[in-house]
Amino acid sequence: MSTRMAAGRPEDKAEKVLRVLVAIPAYGEEKSIGGIVSSLRRKLPYDVVVVNDGSLDGTSSQARGAGAITLDLPCNLGIGGALQTAYIFARDHGYDALVRIDADGQHEVEDIPRVLEPVLRGQADAVIGSRFLGENEYRVSIPRIFGIRFFRWLVRWNTGYRVTDPTSGFFAVNRRLIEFYSRNYPSDYPEVDAYILMHRLKARATEVPVRMYERAEGKSSITTFRAMYYMVKVTLSFFVNRIRRFG
Amino acid sequence: MNRITVLAVLASGILLLYILEMVRRRRLREEYSILWLAGGVIMLVFSLKRDWLEWVAGAVGIYYPPSFLFLIGMLFILLILIHFSITISRLYQMNKKIAQELALLKHGNPPPEPIREQEPDRLERRTG
Repeated sequence: MSTRMAAGRPEDKAEKVLRVLVAIPAYGEEKSIGGIVSSLRRKLPYDVVVVNDGSLDGTSSQARGAGAITLDLPCNLGIGGALQTAYIFARDHGYDALVRIDADGQHEVEDIPRVLEPVLRGQADAVIGSRFLGENEYRVSIPRIFGIRFFRWLVRWNTGYRVTDPTSGFFAVNRRLIEFYSRNYPSDYPEVDAYILMHRLKARATEVPVRMYERAEGKSSITTFRAMYYMVKVTLSFFVNRIRRFG
Repeated sequence: MNRITVLAVLASGILLLYILEMVRRRRLREEYSILWLAGGVIMLVFSLKRDWLEWVAGAVGIYYPPSFLFLIGMLFILLILIHFSITISRLYQMNKKIAQELALLKHGNPPPEPIREQEPDRLERRTG
């Protein structure tokens, strides 16, 4: 990691190599994390940071063994809190872009360049990978499609972003958003809220199609029992973020 | 003094003494004792001065004066609970920051140089 870091320093002015960090928040994903990290390291020239959100299983050691930088939170903060740790890391270590993927193997590592491209070219501040764009065989349950439609409408009505996959956990952001998110980011269920934050920053956001697989291991963080809480909490914090002041 | 007055005076007096003792022993911070003390003092005054209580209750249209005491008690409990919710939220923010800093510190490798074009962090207090 340190060699690549040195290579990305401002000294080489001729052609600035953009430094990318792949961030994976993980909680109890010891079975899948190792494979994801090693495939990332094999296929892409980017640093990988795994933020272990307080799990005591082998998540951290598996990730480290596969070549990731690991940040171990002493207690469980939720996906947003874990992800914010990665934003702070990216900010302090001078990364130009950050890509987030899930630890459970739902996202296709090979789609990362496609998600990154508009950010690296300076065409967008944020790019979100959508499982509903392009041809995709991802099957969504009926209650879930209801929730997704609701959030689509919520986001479009309040921010004007025409999103197809508002809860997607596969996205890339540029330096500007890294810096903002390192200071302001929701603690849990951050994806929908992020649209309000981007709207407040007048950020340019776009979607690209990505493949999405059924979960390889473990359970989704959103179980049926939590669905109602999820809807209420996200909707509430969405509206609060509209009228909030940010540091 | 009838029995209910004695009881009310005793209850609010004990509450006040207990809160003061906790503050004296540093088991309770001053800032958290203010609401308790204010509530206790008001309860004590209205328990002793029955005619004040009757006047205020009449002024706001309450026919049975002691129920005004319940109202005051409830309002103070409400205020104290809101105060606690705010405090818990602030503690959560601090806790989150500490956990994040700790994770970053444990990794070692401090930032090569502070890369901060923007003004320093204002997150600590302002944003919730």
